Amino acid sequence: MTALDTRVPDQALGTLPRPVRRVAVARSPRTWLKGGGLGNLVFMLPMLLIFGVFSWSPIVQAIVMSFQKTNLVTPATFVGFDNFVHVFQDPQFLTAVVNTGYFAVLALLFGYPIPLVVAVLMSEVRRLKGLFSVLAYLPVVVPPVVAVLLWKFFYDASPTGVFNTILDWVGIAPQPWIQSAATAMPSLVLEATWAGAGGTIIIYLAALSAVAPELYDAAEMDGAGIWKKIWHVTLPQLRGILLVTFILQIIGTAQVFLEPFLFTDGGPVNSTLSVLLLIYRYAFQSSLGGNYGAATALSVLLALVLAILSLVYFRMTRSWSDN
Amino acid sequence: MKSPGRITALAVAMLAGVGMLSACSSGDSGSKDGKVTLVVASLIPGSDAAAFEAFGARVKQFEKKYPNITIRSNEYQWTASNFTAELAGGTLPDVFNVPFTDSKALLQAGQLANITDEVKALPYGDKFNDKVLNVAQDDKGDIYGLPYGPYAMGLSYNRALFTEAGLDPDKPPTTWDEVRADAKTISEKVPGVAGYMQMTTDATGGWVLTTASYARGGRLETVKDGKYTVTADNSATKDALQYLHDLRWEDNSMGSNFLFGWSDINQAFGAGQIAMYPSGSDVLTSLVQSDNVDPKDYGITTLPLVGTNAGALSGGNVAVVNPKANRATQEAAVKWIDFYYISKLIDKNQAQADAKVLAKSNQPVGVPTLPLFDQATYDQNQDWIKDEVNIPLSNVKPFTSKIFDTNIVPEPARHTQDLYKALDTVVQAVLTDENADIDALLKGVNKQVQALIDADAK
Repeated sequence: MTALDTRVPDQALGTLPRPVRRVAVARSPRTWLKGGGLGNLVFMLPMLLIFGVFSWSPIVQAIVMSFQKTNLVTPATFVGFDNFVHVFQDPQFLTAVVNTGYFAVLALLFGYPIPLVVAVLMSEVRRLKGLFSVLAYLPVVVPPVVAVLLWKFFYDASPTGVFNTILDWVGIAPQPWIQSAATAMPSLVLEATWAGAGGTIIIYLAALSAVAPELYDAAEMDGAGIWKKIWHVTLPQLRGILLVTFILQIIGTAQVFLEPFLFTDGGPVNSTLSVLLLIYRYAFQSSLGGNYGAATALSVLLALVLAILSLVYFRMTRSWSDN
Repeated sequence: MKSPGRITALAVAMLAGVGMLSACSSGDSGSKDGKVTLVVASLIPGSDAAAFEAFGARVKQFEKKYPNITIRSNEYQWTASNFTAELAGGTLPDVFNVPFTDSKALLQAGQLANITDEVKALPYGDKFNDKVLNVAQDDKGDIYGLPYGPYAMGLSYNRALFTEAGLDPDKPPTTWDEVRADAKTISEKVPGVAGYMQMTTDATGGWVLTTASYARGGRLETVKDGKYTVTADNSATKDALQYLHDLRWEDNSMGSNFLFGWSDINQAFGAGQIAMYPSGSDVLTSLVQSDNVDPKDYGITTLPLVGTNAGALSGGNVAVVNPKANRATQEAAVKWIDFYYISKLIDKNQAQADAKVLAKSNQPVGVPTLPLFDQATYDQNQDWIKDEVNIPLSNVKPFTSKIFDTNIVPEPARHTQDLYKALDTVVQAVLTDENADIDALLKGVNKQVQALIDADAK
């Protein structure tokens, strides 16, 4: 809505609102200055500077570097699309993309419903809600590196490892966890879910408390049990939030780095090599000077893919969301 | 509404404030009026307090000798993946170390300071073993660093675990079959312990596999008329991998965990989870400093050698100077390298001072290394420090008594760390996949690393 088409309902007449026009003011630098424009600019200056130096400038630099051959030590040379070709031809690229996709799918299947289920359960609890909220959020508060190293210890594959001991209590054989290509990625997803669920749970709890209780009463009057209530009332009311957390999760899991790096360094046999870990390898693996051109090329590709994905997603879900 | 005048004044004040803050960025090292501040690499992160105490004592001795130089130390550890980040970021200390495998490539890329004049001025400037000094020299013979601490690979073992399994710790295995048998015995008699293990990640997997290949007579790279060819799929490497396969899948004597880097395997060894593993001969120092190992329980022997071409992989570190430091700092840097790394090998007073400092803080004295200059100098040095030696020399005798008669083989010369990193995947595959195709994997490594070597030539 612009200032020009403010509609004022004409209640006295009980008819449709009449459009009211406001006179447009001619804007010139003088009016900007007099209107306090300089004050606005000065207010924004620190933010512009900080974002410029720490966010936007590195992005521009990275895009420039993706077209250069550079190790940040010897002078850079311009090589056009060579870096992109090199990335596409690297066998590790396909491995990384498949692995990252695998991680994202596992995280969706396992890690996406869990915060919702836990939040719904927690919203039904009468007392100690605060305590449960704290417990749910505690893993998020633990520094990520500490959490991963802790879980690495838990994931000791020998029969005396913490998790294997627990499994033994219920009669399950010791698992190789991160020591085998087949179970490494699921192990990473398990830890990532534990570490990240808390934040989403709190968000869902807040959204759930905003659901009008009258809706539940109406559903109950229509004879709905607990599952029907969740399916027909809770989920549709949470639709907007669910849509947003869905795309945020996709974007987040596409950029997974910490778990593959600290747990397995991409192993065993590159089964946990993610796209971001591959970028890290291009940049820092060679002890004689990294290939920052390839690293930034892959970063640019990832950013493009995620941007297009987000655009498509928001287009598709425009009709579903609340706006 | 604020007037434009007041806003302008506010903006100027803010910018001036920011400007003053940015001027606060300190020049860490540098020199003024004859006083030099030198930033040096001290110990690897995680070293215990006693080790830092010993280092601090040596720093004090140095500052007493050269009152114009102040030392500031940073913890530092060279690893294949961390080094380039620091190099690109310009956060390396003035004096740091790089392994033999990288010093030539780095000096050719202008990453190391030329310290020829300062080195030639040292009393032992021309006494270096030519082959050893060569790693730090360019084609013209200019010197860019000082090698120190050469080591050969050996087989470290836990004497206490040997005893617990009923084996004699004074009679460690001398053939690969004996290693296999002992590993099996230990893993059966002492539950939860891997009888034998070797490194597998962060380029150390390839490093140890190359060691195992050398011990069976193989070579990972050959050179003819200046052209380097990668020969990772030689029969010795295949034997070494098949050996790992058999220990892992037939004997089950390698435990259940297979992702170990240099620090990880030292940690596991220190925790008593691994009984034997190939390591550098000088690893005892960091085992004591970071992994709580008691020298009484530590033993080392030579790796079994098979065949005429067999040899022990040797490497070492080069102490180098940051080329971004100014002239005065570089001169001070060479003085520090001379004092801290080299002088204790050839000067009696320094050798004894260093040994006393180490012994006082319970750091190991007498850890096996290789001669930097020649055998005679090495023997003399051992003689000077013999009163301070605090590790049971009989524990390292299986190594020291044989290593000097062993064929010492330097690491592959081209793209060494890239070769090692590529071999990591092969070792991991053999240990985690019973049906890994060793031939195909090694051929893949040949192709991958050869492409890098060929790209250099263009």
